[in-house]
Amino acid sequence: MITRRRLLKSGAAFAAATASSGLALPAFAQAKKLKIGYVSPQTGPLSAFSAADSFMVEKFLASAPGLGLDVEVIVKDSQSNPNRAAEVAKELISRDEVNLILVASTPETTNPVCSIAEQEEIPVISSVAPWQPWFIGQQGNPGDPASWQEFDYVYHFFWGLEDNVATFMNMWNSVSTNKKVGALWPNDGDGNAWASEVGMPPVLAAQGYELTDPGRYQNLTDDFSAQINAFKQAGCEIMTGIPIPPDFTTFWTQAKQQGFNPKLVSVAKALLFPESVAALGELGHNLTAEVWWSPNHPYKSSLTGESAAEMAAAFEAAAQRQWTMPVGFVHALFEVAADAISRVDDPTDGDALAAAIGSTNLDTVVGKVQWGRDNVPEFARKNISKTPLVGGQWRRKEDGTFDLVIVENAGAPEIPLGGTLETLS
Amino acid sequence: MMLIDTLAQGLLLGGLYALFAAGLSLVFGIMRLVNLAHGDLIILGAYLILTITTATGLNPFLAVLLAAPVMFGLGWFLQTHLLNRVLGADILPPLLVTFGLSVVIQNALLSGFSADSQKLAAGTIEAQSVDLGIVTLGVMPLLTFASAVAVVFALNQVFYRTALGRAFRATSDDQTTAQLMGIRPQNIFAIATGIALVVATIAALYLGTRANFDPSIGPARLLYAFEAVIIGGLGSLWGTLAGGIVIGMAQALGASINPEWQILSGHIAFVIVLLIRPRGLFPRAND
Repeated sequence: MITRRRLLKSGAAFAAATASSGLALPAFAQAKKLKIGYVSPQTGPLSAFSAADSFMVEKFLASAPGLGLDVEVIVKDSQSNPNRAAEVAKELISRDEVNLILVASTPETTNPVCSIAEQEEIPVISSVAPWQPWFIGQQGNPGDPASWQEFDYVYHFFWGLEDNVATFMNMWNSVSTNKKVGALWPNDGDGNAWASEVGMPPVLAAQGYELTDPGRYQNLTDDFSAQINAFKQAGCEIMTGIPIPPDFTTFWTQAKQQGFNPKLVSVAKALLFPESVAALGELGHNLTAEVWWSPNHPYKSSLTGESAAEMAAAFEAAAQRQWTMPVGFVHALFEVAADAISRVDDPTDGDALAAAIGSTNLDTVVGKVQWGRDNVPEFARKNISKTPLVGGQWRRKEDGTFDLVIVENAGAPEIPLGGTLETLS
Repeated sequence: MMLIDTLAQGLLLGGLYALFAAGLSLVFGIMRLVNLAHGDLIILGAYLILTITTATGLNPFLAVLLAAPVMFGLGWFLQTHLLNRVLGADILPPLLVTFGLSVVIQNALLSGFSADSQKLAAGTIEAQSVDLGIVTLGVMPLLTFASAVAVVFALNQVFYRTALGRAFRATSDDQTTAQLMGIRPQNIFAIATGIALVVATIAALYLGTRANFDPSIGPARLLYAFEAVIIGGLGSLWGTLAGGIVIGMAQALGASINPEWQILSGHIAFVIVLLIRPRGLFPRAND
């Protein structure tokens, strides 16, 4: 029979038992599995970046035992929201007690996660965000370069604004034009960076191009007649910009209606995904964009040995959709993680793991990843490793789908050209 | 000449805003319901048209004819089974319900269609234009404007020439008395929401051929629609068209000075109209 006294007694004993086992758990867990957190925008407006996530996580988990790794990957969705990204990073650190975080796609996702992990002293490998917004955006005072500091636990690999500008300039230099450029730069982080003194205007001026920049407009504008008029009046034969995809569609349709026919259109951000280009129909033919990864890149995975082409084909077969650039980078995150983990004695030691990441020298499916190289300015060198960037042109096929053909490779000559740059008119 | 071109483009843009706003204006005029989900319902309409075009290979202009009855049914269903339950003296519950509806529609579209941006392909007509000597106007924007005028004209005919329109006006003016005369306001409301969604489908056609859309893009367009309704005066459909044109032209003029002022000048025009005529340009009734 259960009396009150007995219940209290056994209850206390039970509590003591669980408390002691709770204390014993961490030591047990250390010996068991290494926990990796992965944060990316799987839903919301940025979710196109994450199409390959589950495919790549499965691929990593399948190849991990073969490499002698005993790991668990905890996937978290940032919902394309910086606040949510910060929240899931905290969850990963305090509740799931992860030893390493991988984070991908856009500064809205990478920056909140990296800032929190740096405070909490958890190593992070980050990618798919140009390095300037990643590094400078996380500084306490982005306006004062003297105050910028290196990070101890967070490491990032991708390209920077200067590579994108150089890629576009190389494409334009290879074609004869009147060197008049019209720019469509919105009033957001990207647009302001491109329009600033570290962006495109000084490079254009140095190479003898004349810039027509009507000014910063709001995203989701419904009418671009003012810009089109300005470009037409200045006689621009080149058009560039970094609009969001719906705005580029509005602009480009209106430009055609109102008789603005530039020879070259090089647009960053809006033309990354085949779906956005396919939405333009015939108007999408021969537009140019920056290319950070393609099946034609001559690299292969250090995890599975697959070439870029094999990986893209496997993704296309599994996901039933065309390859996208983030496919390679999501895989490379896991490559760098596996390599760093295998080089430390105790991966649960955050400091040792961060140091191992920092001393990475690995040929991945997106190219060489090695921090501290001299192609990055001194102040950011410790935390930034640059990957190659080339220029591509979207070619419409008979069935209405688009191929991305690499037409410019001055920044990375090892990446083969797929064709020559064609003008629009 | 630049000025004429700017104003002409602004006028045509106004047609698009008027199309966004017409359904909202109708619902607000009849039942004083602020439908915060109107933008998302337009996007829903765009996805419906997209589904029909991909399934049947029809041109979007024909697909609208199939989508419109479906959207009418959806509007009727929503009003009968959801919104009529919360309509009453307090305006807050219906407002909250439409807000919730907006979230539900966005997430349902997200799980059904993913976040990929989509576009309705209308073929070569998209890039065609008419050269009028002084200005060159796109065929699609012209069609948009013509449709806006046609929609407002048709709604006005329904409002002032038919028995249904009499019932609309009667319910709007005095619900209790209308009820005494044998009108069932609940039914009238359901039909009104149905018609509003048919108009939303037409707006969806032009939005979907003009720019990309994705599940999250609806609310951005709602603000202009609201402003057009308020500028025009509550309950006046021609006023809504005028309101759309005021915003479109103000935006075009602002943009021609500096693109930074494009959106802002639309809002400034809205404030100026409210300062001069607090009840809008063409208020229909005293309420």
